[in-house]
Amino acid sequence: MTDLLNAILQGVLLGGLYALFAAGLSLMFGVMRFVNLAHGDFIVAAAFGALLLVDMLGLPPLLAVVILVPAFAAFGYLGQRLVLNRVMGRDIMPGILLTFGFSVMLQNLMLEGFSANSRRLNAGWLDTASLPLGPFQIGFVPLLMFTTALLVLGGLGLFMSQTNTGRLMRATSDDAQIVGLMGADRRHLFAIATAIASGVVALAGVLMAIKTNFDPSSGSIRLLFAFEAVIMGGLGSLWGTLAGGIILGVAQGLGAAIDPGYQILAGHVVFLIILVLRPQGLFPRQRP
Amino acid sequence: MTNLLSVRNLDAFYGDFQALFGVDLDVEAGEVVALVGANGAGKSTFLASVTGLLPTRPGSILLRGANIAGEPAFRIARAGVAMSPEGRRLFASLSVEENLRLGATGGRKGHWSLEKVQALFPILKEKRRQGASELSGGQQQAVAIGRALMANPDLLLLDEVSLGLAPVVVRDIYESLPAIRAAGTAVIVVEQDIGRATEISDRLYCLQEGRVNLTGRSRQLTRDQIGAAYFGRARSAA
Repeated sequence: MTDLLNAILQGVLLGGLYALFAAGLSLMFGVMRFVNLAHGDFIVAAAFGALLLVDMLGLPPLLAVVILVPAFAAFGYLGQRLVLNRVMGRDIMPGILLTFGFSVMLQNLMLEGFSANSRRLNAGWLDTASLPLGPFQIGFVPLLMFTTALLVLGGLGLFMSQTNTGRLMRATSDDAQIVGLMGADRRHLFAIATAIASGVVALAGVLMAIKTNFDPSSGSIRLLFAFEAVIMGGLGSLWGTLAGGIILGVAQGLGAAIDPGYQILAGHVVFLIILVLRPQGLFPRQRP
Repeated sequence: MTNLLSVRNLDAFYGDFQALFGVDLDVEAGEVVALVGANGAGKSTFLASVTGLLPTRPGSILLRGANIAGEPAFRIARAGVAMSPEGRRLFASLSVEENLRLGATGGRKGHWSLEKVQALFPILKEKRRQGASELSGGQQQAVAIGRALMANPDLLLLDEVSLGLAPVVVRDIYESLPAIRAAGTAVIVVEQDIGRATEISDRLYCLQEGRVNLTGRSRQLTRDQIGAAYFGRARSAA
């Protein structure tokens, strides 16, 4: 029984990481109806970035975040302004092809630069630190992932409801054409959304690098996890994304408790079940 | 003195289909101009051209003497043109107050503020926390006009505000027009109801099949003249 509860608890905490994987994807889809197929590879790129800064330059992991998040955000803003805005439109195909190309390029660049070896970021004492909670031990890193997810999603929620830019983003997903009549430059709005999504990607990448092994080709499975979390939670709903991440994490945790080989499979099976029973997701954003 | 809005020889296209042919139209500061015409005459196309939703040839639309044709919609909005679009087009997942606040995105200063708009349409204060899609048609129309006013425009475009509304509600909506004029805003009203259009406007343009076929002071035009232009008999009779 304790084992089962522990598997659920660890799954919930892991769900925080999956919610972070998914947050950027969800935000970009919500605002722009745009799917970034290179999303998972950007997460892995951030992980390698952290590895470079920590292992090779000797920076502490926390400092890697301070450097990587703004760097990724700036890259996201410019990438949207200079490249992605050119393929935005009624047709989603050009964007899909473009980001698929990014994905292939990025994987091969990382393969070239870092070899195919599986890597992990050594976070020193953080790796093994844990808090006792009754019969359970809560690892510091999983706790950090979960609280980060809460803070990021809470912050995004506040940004979306309390700032004019955030309201414009919600308005854009309602009626993008009319947002122009409000005097808002859509190209800038899109770039802000991508910048935020990219900053979250950097954060997720660093946490993933501490939590698990990764290699240049492990972006695809992260993209899949992100998709599953977004779709289970309901498109466009921030807290739904967290719920989706948690469900995925718990399913994987329980699967692994039965047999370590079932970890990934259990997540996919639960995803499939939810997709069949509730294709609109658990918390779809209300639409008239 | 330059006009607030000068439209000269405006052509507009949807792909290969030409919707406007050489339209000339002027609006002076503070003036109310009515634009009438049958369905498909080009009224909404005209407004889409002025607001930049439909790209047009540079030089064909001037705002205070400066070209706005071919500019993106957000620049034209910031230059002082706001619209209550056909079908209202509110942001459905935002509250009434959030819809209104977005109108002020351009940051133009002027008479209108959230308080003033809520005073003009008191229902918008009462329902400020409700989702914009939960309101009745007339209330939604008030939100659409309020949202446009929040931009403090020099020129307000009202596209078919009476569409789908009961006559008494339409009257309420149009009763806001004197207050809007008093704040110095010029208005172009697109209206199907010829009687109402002549009653509320200083001047009137009638469009038929993408061309202006009648224009003049609203008081001086007879119902027959407008009716003939509206249904296209003016040209065949001439």
